[in-house]
Amino acid sequence: MTKKKMFFSSRQIFIPIAALILLALFNLAVDPSFFKITLGHNSAGDPVLTGYLMTILDYGSEVAILAIGMTLVTAACGGQDISVGAAVAIAGSVILRVLVGIGGDGTLQAPILVGFLAACVVSMLFGAFNGVLVAIFKIQPMVATLILYTAGRSIAAWINNNELPIVTDKTFTYFGGFIPGIPIPTPFFLAVVCILITLLVLRFTTLGLYTQAVGINSSSSRLNGLNPEFIKFLSFVILGLCVAVVGLIKTSRLSTINYSVIAKDIEMDAILAVALGGNVLSGGKFNIMASIVGAYVIQFLTTTLYKFNVSSDALPAYKAVVVILLVVLSAPAVKDKLMSVIKKQKGVG
Amino acid sequence: MKENAVLEMKNIHKSFPGVRALQGVDFTLCKSEIHALMGENGAGKSTLIKVLTGVYEKDEGEIFLDGLDKPAVIRSPQDAQNLGISTVYQEITLCPNLTVAENMYIGRGSAKLTNWKKMNEDADRILNNLGIPAKASHQLSDCSIAIQQMVAIARAVDMDCKVLILDEPTSSLDESEVEKLFGLMRDLRSRGVGIIFVTHFLDQVYEVCDKITVLRDGQLVGEYVIEDLPRVKLVAKMLGKELDDMEEIKDDTQVYKGEDEYVFEAEKLQSDAGIKPFDFHIKKGEVNGFTGLLGSGRSECVRAIFCADKVIGGVVKIKNKVVKLTKPLDAMKNGIAYLPEDRKIDGIVGDLSVRDNLILAAQVLRGPFKPFSRAEANRFADEYIKLLEIKTASADTPIKSLSGGNQQKVILGRWLLTHPDYLILDEPTRGIDIGTKIEIQKLVLKLASEGMSVTFISSETDEMLRTCSRLVVLRDRKVVGELSGEDLTQSKVMETIAGGEAS
Repeated sequence: MTKKKMFFSSRQIFIPIAALILLALFNLAVDPSFFKITLGHNSAGDPVLTGYLMTILDYGSEVAILAIGMTLVTAACGGQDISVGAAVAIAGSVILRVLVGIGGDGTLQAPILVGFLAACVVSMLFGAFNGVLVAIFKIQPMVATLILYTAGRSIAAWINNNELPIVTDKTFTYFGGFIPGIPIPTPFFLAVVCILITLLVLRFTTLGLYTQAVGINSSSSRLNGLNPEFIKFLSFVILGLCVAVVGLIKTSRLSTINYSVIAKDIEMDAILAVALGGNVLSGGKFNIMASIVGAYVIQFLTTTLYKFNVSSDALPAYKAVVVILLVVLSAPAVKDKLMSVIKKQKGVG
Repeated sequence: MKENAVLEMKNIHKSFPGVRALQGVDFTLCKSEIHALMGENGAGKSTLIKVLTGVYEKDEGEIFLDGLDKPAVIRSPQDAQNLGISTVYQEITLCPNLTVAENMYIGRGSAKLTNWKKMNEDADRILNNLGIPAKASHQLSDCSIAIQQMVAIARAVDMDCKVLILDEPTSSLDESEVEKLFGLMRDLRSRGVGIIFVTHFLDQVYEVCDKITVLRDGQLVGEYVIEDLPRVKLVAKMLGKELDDMEEIKDDTQVYKGEDEYVFEAEKLQSDAGIKPFDFHIKKGEVNGFTGLLGSGRSECVRAIFCADKVIGGVVKIKNKVVKLTKPLDAMKNGIAYLPEDRKIDGIVGDLSVRDNLILAAQVLRGPFKPFSRAEANRFADEYIKLLEIKTASADTPIKSLSGGNQQKVILGRWLLTHPDYLILDEPTRGIDIGTKIEIQKLVLKLASEGMSVTFISSETDEMLRTCSRLVVLRDRKVVGELSGEDLTQSKVMETIAGGEAS
């Protein structure tokens, strides 16, 4: 019995995976065609795989990348960054400004890599801004990031003088679409790269241990020689990096930007991914892989709802219901209760 | 049920993952008796109490109550309360911003409307009856801790309790307040209430209790009438072994005989925690201590040495070289280790495993790009769990689920793992049982004999006299004296603490 309990509490990745299986079973029962994947050709004549699963891989990857940074911020600071969507708008705007410029004709003025690196720098600076507010001025993360949440989209518009630059170069569409010859959406590969880098960093540095220690007990971390302020600051800067990648994907999808709509509400999905992954939102222990699986679960849910023709206005309500169920089920109080019920039945049997 | 018994717990079992906290414990409480529940940390006292009050659900066993013909079902504290079992905890669990009367009646009864006048009158009557010097309309936070404690008891009594549990009620009270509390307890006893009294203080047990039940390692050792169990025997029962003669430990151990080298020297050291600048030095292999009353600045001194508080002045020399220390990491890099006074706030990282807690400081010293491998971490964990005899289910267990003494050992292990030259222990033995206390004292002397310098702080002067060869005495945040050699006696220390102008 104790072994079983250990399994539940230590393998928190079990929760999002169970949710994923439930959703998959539901779709399988209602309409197996959900899982159909067809090989077709896009307008450029390149082979692409289409189907609901591909949509999930495609859009889920955006949330997954953000979930990496959000998990670290949550663990270190015990709060969440709600300015992520606005920050994505800024990152996208910076990319377009560097690549096309104001009043440009759509041809590339600089290599895409330069645009992306510029976005990285700017996003990390904004992350640093949030980080300073939280770590040095000890403002609650949600309140601190409310500033950028409010101002971010205006800043994004201001960067391009409120114009909507359009990139005509074909290669720019690869990042949010398909690389010619590869039928799997590129965002998925970008997510895989981000995840691999994260896992390597966690493996070869002590970031994981430090972040958890600071999140659980910052006073005792300080007396063990850590610098809690720096760790918190760092988590926001890392989230900034994640934001830049998503900014690239988002602008690449459209080849342009819509300041008020781009990455709207994505912060909520990212936070939900962290919660679904069974991570404590008040900080401390974390499991990045669980958050990432959580991100795909959320996209799975969204896509399922779309398939059933839920209108996009009503979508959040439906989503909320399912999310409430999932989160309540994974809450420690409910888990303990379930465990004791299972235990009792075993005792009887 | 036995005649006269109000409560009988039979064959109680309770397990947590990896720990069998209670194994077949019996406990009987009679009418009109004060019954002490004794045992070391982790013996199962609080688990037993929590089973009785419905905080934990028992795995096995039965609880019988006077007046009930079948076993009682206690699933929640509310159930326990309805059955007449009331608890007063060490920490006040009332609401300080409400009045005394409100606190006594909150969460009781189902009436939607409250008759404030009647409530206040009732409360005053009860307080009067019990001789508690408080007014119903006073705000609770205006009362002293002892009065608050008594209000909690009054609340319990008024709820018609047959069994009153007092869990370490005296630890934050001064002597006269303890006397008042005992008066109240005796009064309740004469009214037929059965009282379970959990405490660490042996004197208090012998002052008020009628019977003693001793637990050890989750098992019942026995139930004794107080007259039949002298103190020495009680301690022996709690420890499960005859008490080592503590006076002897200093003589058993070797004294370090190396060169006389200053490991740490400070001149006019000052921190922002409000202590007067002080001079201090320690030699290799020396054990010394800071002593003084609580709040005299002894902790602030060592915190200044470790840079736990912001250092705002002074010169520090380590091994005869002037160094500038500004943050804990600087001190750590110079071979200083600091076991903080407040284990919960400054010591443990609660949710992390025993292993992660053990390696934390050593890992920080090694740097962020050289993490210990899983195998290395496990080896360290196994080594120190064995060396310090840490009782834990595994190295993966979160440290917060260990008992206080074992948590302290983990933190001690954490600092030993950094192989410090100079170890500062601030109240390492507070709130832990006698057995572990002696182990830690012995360890300190052993480390010193191997050449480590140790500064030891303890509220118990005799503990410091046993371990330290030099004591720095503080009063009102100022160093007022230094004692060594022949002067190291209880009375001399007291005299110095009290100071010339006081006597």
